[in-house]
Parts: sequence; C-alpha cells; structure tokens
Amino acid sequence: MSGESTYNPSNGFTKWMDSRLPILRLAHDSFVDYPTPKNLNYWWTFGGILTFCLVTQIITGIILAMHYTPHVDFAFNSVEHIMRNVNYGWLIRYIHANGASMFFLAVYIHIFRGLYYGSYKAPREVLWILGVIIYLLMMAAAFMGYVLPWGQMSLWGATVITNLFGAIPVVGESVAIWLWGGYSIDNPTLNRFFSLHYLIPFLIMGVVILHIWALHVPGNNNPVGISVKSKQDTVPFHPYYTVKDGFALTVFLILFAYFIFFAPNVLGHADNYIQANPLVTPAHIVPEWYLLPFYAILRAVPDKLGGVALMFGAIFILFLLPWLDTSKVRSARYRPLFRQFYALLVLDCLLLGYLGAQPAEGIYIVLARIGTIYYFAHFLVVLPVLGIVEKPKAVPESISEPVLGAQPAE
Amino acid sequence: MMTRFGFKALLGAAIMALGLSAPVHAAGDAKAPAAMEWSFDGLFGTYDRDALRRGFQVYKEVCASCHSLNQIAFRNLSQAGGPEFSEAEVKAIAREYIVEDGPDDYGDMYERAALPRDKFPSPYPNENAARAANGGAYPPDLSLINKARGGGADYVHALLSGYEEAPEGVEMRAGLYYNPYMAGGKIAMPAPLLEELVEYSDGTPATVEQMSMDVTHFLNWTAEPELEQRKRIGFMVLIYLTIFAGLMFFSMRKIWADQH
Repeated sequence: MSGESTYNPSNGFTKWMDSRLPILRLAHDSFVDYPTPKNLNYWWTFGGILTFCLVTQIITGIILAMHYTPHVDFAFNSVEHIMRNVNYGWLIRYIHANGASMFFLAVYIHIFRGLYYGSYKAPREVLWILGVIIYLLMMAAAFMGYVLPWGQMSLWGATVITNLFGAIPVVGESVAIWLWGGYSIDNPTLNRFFSLHYLIPFLIMGVVILHIWALHVPGNNNPVGISVKSKQDTVPFHPYYTVKDGFALTVFLILFAYFIFFAPNVLGHADNYIQANPLVTPAHIVPEWYLLPFYAILRAVPDKLGGVALMFGAIFILFLLPWLDTSKVRSARYRPLFRQFYALLVLDCLLLGYLGAQPAEGIYIVLARIGTIYYFAHFLVVLPVLGIVEKPKAVPESISEPVLGAQPAE
Repeated sequence: MMTRFGFKALLGAAIMALGLSAPVHAAGDAKAPAAMEWSFDGLFGTYDRDALRRGFQVYKEVCASCHSLNQIAFRNLSQAGGPEFSEAEVKAIAREYIVEDGPDDYGDMYERAALPRDKFPSPYPNENAARAANGGAYPPDLSLINKARGGGADYVHALLSGYEEAPEGVEMRAGLYYNPYMAGGKIAMPAPLLEELVEYSDGTPATVEQMSMDVTHFLNWTAEPELEQRKRIGFMVLIYLTIFAGLMFFSMRKIWADQH
C-alpha cells in the first residue's frame, strides 16, 4: 500500500492471478513485507489481538444463531438449550459472552495506547476516527447482544438505554416507539436487536479493513513517536511481528481461557439468569462492566437530556481529539506534564467505571460529577493548553539512532 | 524506564478496578453468606456424587412440592458429571411422575407415567395457580437458582439454613418469615428444612445443615451440569496455551536475535 511493492509471483498460477486480481500482492505487501518500525512494544500487539477477538465473536456468534430463538417466549430457554443440549454449546456461548469482555478489555488497552503515544496525531487522524467508529459499533453490538438471552438485566438494561432516546426534545417519544417497534420493549424489539446484532459485526469488519488501510498509508506510529526515516528503522512485518503478535495473543488467550473455563459468569450479572419479567424491576440496573464509565456520566447529571448529551459527548469528543491536542510531539515519553495528566485520565476512567456500578446516591454522585468534569476538562482544556505551555524533552533524531544527550532509547 | 513501569502499574490498577467494578448485587441490607467449602470449587473441582444423590432426594421430597425444575430432564440424572444414576434407576425415578401427553389419535390429551426423556413436571399448572397456592408469592424455578443469585451456592445454602426469629421491632406480616440473608429480611417461603425431614438411604444424619449443603450441591449441578467437563477441558487448554506461549516466546527470541 505504501511504497514499492516487493511481491514476486513465483509460479504460473500466481503470475496469472497477479495480472487479473492482485489480491496476493495486496496480502504480501500488507502482511508479509510491510515495513514496520522495529521498536514497537507489546502495547502494539493489541491490534492483532482485536482482529482475533472480532473473528472469534463472528464464528461463535454464527454457531449460536443456529440454535437461538429470537422470541420473547423462547429466547431464554433456547439459551439454556444451547448450554445443556447442544454439543459443546456451553463452550461456544461462554467464549462468545466472555469474548465480548475480552474484546473490550483489548480495545481499551488499544485506545489508551493510542492516547499515550499520540497515535491520533497527523497524519493518522482518519485512522483514529475510524477507530472511534469501530468502538461505537462495538458498543452497539455489545448492548444488543446482551439483550438477546432475555434475562432480567437484558430487558431492564434495554429499557434504560432505549428510554434515553425519550429524552430528546419533541420527537423523543416517537423515536423510542420507533426503536421498540411498539409501545414497550417486546417481541419486535428483541427481533430487531437480533437482526442488528448479526449485522453490526460485519459493519465492524468493513471499518476494520478501512482502519488497516488507513494504518498502512502513513505506517505505524511507534513508542518514540517519530516517523520512519530510513530502512534501518523498520523490519518486515513477517516474521518479526507475526511472531511477536502471536506470542502476545497466546498470553492473552491464557487470560481469556481462564474466564471461559473457570469464571465464566463473574463478568456478567446473576440477574440475567432470571427470565425477563416486565412486572419485576431489579433492585439495581447495571450495564456490563465496559459501559460503566458512560453510565456513571449519564447519572452524574441531574437533568436527563443533559445526562444523555454528556454520555454521548464523552464518546464524540474522541472524534475531535486530533485537533484538540495542540502538541506537535506525539509520544508521551517526551511530554513530562502530559504524562501526569494522562495518568489522571486513566484513574478518572477507572473511577467512573467503579461509580457506574454503585447506586446513584450520596458521595457516589458527587464523585461521579467530579470525574465527569475532569474527563471533559482533560480533552477540552488540558490538551489544548498543554501543547502551548509544556516544554517537551529532546526527541531522538531517528528510531534507530537516538540523538546524543537525549534519553537512551528503551 | 519510568515510562514503562508507570504504564504497567496503570494496567495493574485497571485489572484491579475490573474486579472492583463488578456489578453490585441486589444485596440491600442482607447479611453476607458465609463462604462454604464446595467440592466443585477451584481449578480441579468436581461434584460429590453422594452429595448430589442426597441433594436430589431433598429436592424430590421437600422442594419439589412448590418449586419446578424446568430445565432438567430425568435422563440428565444419568449423564456423566451429574448424580450418575444408572439408566434403570432413572427409569424408575421417572415412573413415579405423571406427565400429560398427546393429543392421541382421537385428539385427546392423556396422562402417562414419565419417561427418561421427559422434563421434571412442574408442581403447578401455571404461575397463577402457584401464586394462589402460596399466598401470592411465586416459588421460582430452581434449575438456575445458584447462577441467578449473587453469592451463588453460598447464598442458597445460607438462605436455606439461616432462618431466625424476627428481631425485636421487625414487624412480620402473616405469610412472611424472617431470614437475614434475604434482601429486606422477609421471605414468603417458610423454613423448608427441619431436622430428620428426610431419611437418607446412605445413613447420613439428616441435619438441617446437611440437607441444606446437599440440596445446594444438587442445585449447583442443575445450574452448571457442564462444570466437570468445563474444568477438565479448561485445565488442558491452560497447559496447552502455556506450552505454546513458551514456544512462541523462544521463536520470537530467535527471530529477533539479529535485530538486537
């Protein structure tokens, strides 16, 4: 994609193919001889891990859909049928359910890696924006997927989220009814959520292809954050990064397997093993852990519409990030002040996640408000100002030859 | 170097927060159940067949008069990883139950003795009948109860064996019973287990504690019949992945050797 193609068709068939559909050339240039900065650390392995997660979710999801019944009267029991009567159905379902959590764990690490090393800065703005779109689609897919087992948290989580649209002035109520396909969450809602839950992963796949394309034009960012200057700075993707990504993926799979086989339900909620009942509201309605920070922001605002606006704003602000950060230096390694605010942002997101799981009362509300204010301040105030007032440390000359007097390369 | 350690510390904090931020359960003011020792806990956990069989006896003779077990078929009782009754025993157990079948060739429904392929029949024909017979309360289906309550087996055991006299000042309406493990302290189910309520065929003394442990053990199996297979496969998967990670690590070292 970038630079000269080094692909050499070696036999008759590949030569024939190359002059008709050069797909093997594309694969070779993208994943074999693709020049990659040689200093990428393990935080860069999560792109590959995420691709694995997406493929795993699609394969297990297709199998689950073969046995699942999207009807309010049968959905809950069809999931139990998968767990009990389908051969290794419990394994497929636990991979899929915990796979969603692992997917989000990996995507959060991937996003925070980008935030730390300035991977959103020119010339990678489009790459970053495509990433935020993927993240949004992931949240939509995860939310709808959580509704499908038709447990208590499925129904009541869906009630809370779809009611948010009711906060929109004038058209809110009509929008909610349109989303539900009726006057409350019922069979039409479950049906369309199933349909969309099946569709969205393929949309994600499409945007992932664009994301990789947008990555391969400017090439990878790297821990020192300076652009590749010469061939000395890079190694071919294969075998150097296929083996490194493979190693990291295997370690990641150990954690994944631990959850699947030994703690398959700790990341879920016990109430979702109770069949949905519109007449009984659970004591605490909580989303899955990966949506908790946004839930905390939603509930931190006393006004419903304001809460909805800030919750969506918390995601949409990421689209503007490439232009909010005014610093020309990419990597936090050379930005002493930014590093401290970055740590604060990470702690802030963890705090909001914790608060999202607590009842919205007393001290929790106060802390959630402080956390929400810092979250927005970080992007709207800290990042623009830091770029002007911060004095960055000396940046190395190139990836392979750090300049004299600078920090030794790690 | 600071950078890296800082980052690792953050990741550690993130993983910890993941644990901390696990959704709160509807505990309310309920007493926390004591952590019991279950043979099915841990990396190599398995069910205790004798406890499962005793627990099934408690379910059959006590719980089943009000609580259904909708997800379980008689044939499940002979499957590997469960109570593992013989097929003849399962046939005999099923024969004690009457199920409705049909329609027959004349269009009529008829009753017959249950077969191993049938599910456990519910004690009530529908929810309204169940509520009418229980002062308005609906006895929940027990198939998934250990997974459907925060605290799992520990909670179910604590609830079954934890009935107390209502403390001074707690007003109890007729038909409600005091149980400190229930959110709110009031439960519509009267204490279900009394000393010597069942007579175990293996001679185990039927104390409340014993019956409660046994039936909870059994209900854990009904909630997670795959548990033994899951943990067995899981252990092999972990060993495989660890060896594979080691191979990948040394391959990586060898491939990267010319770059360092």
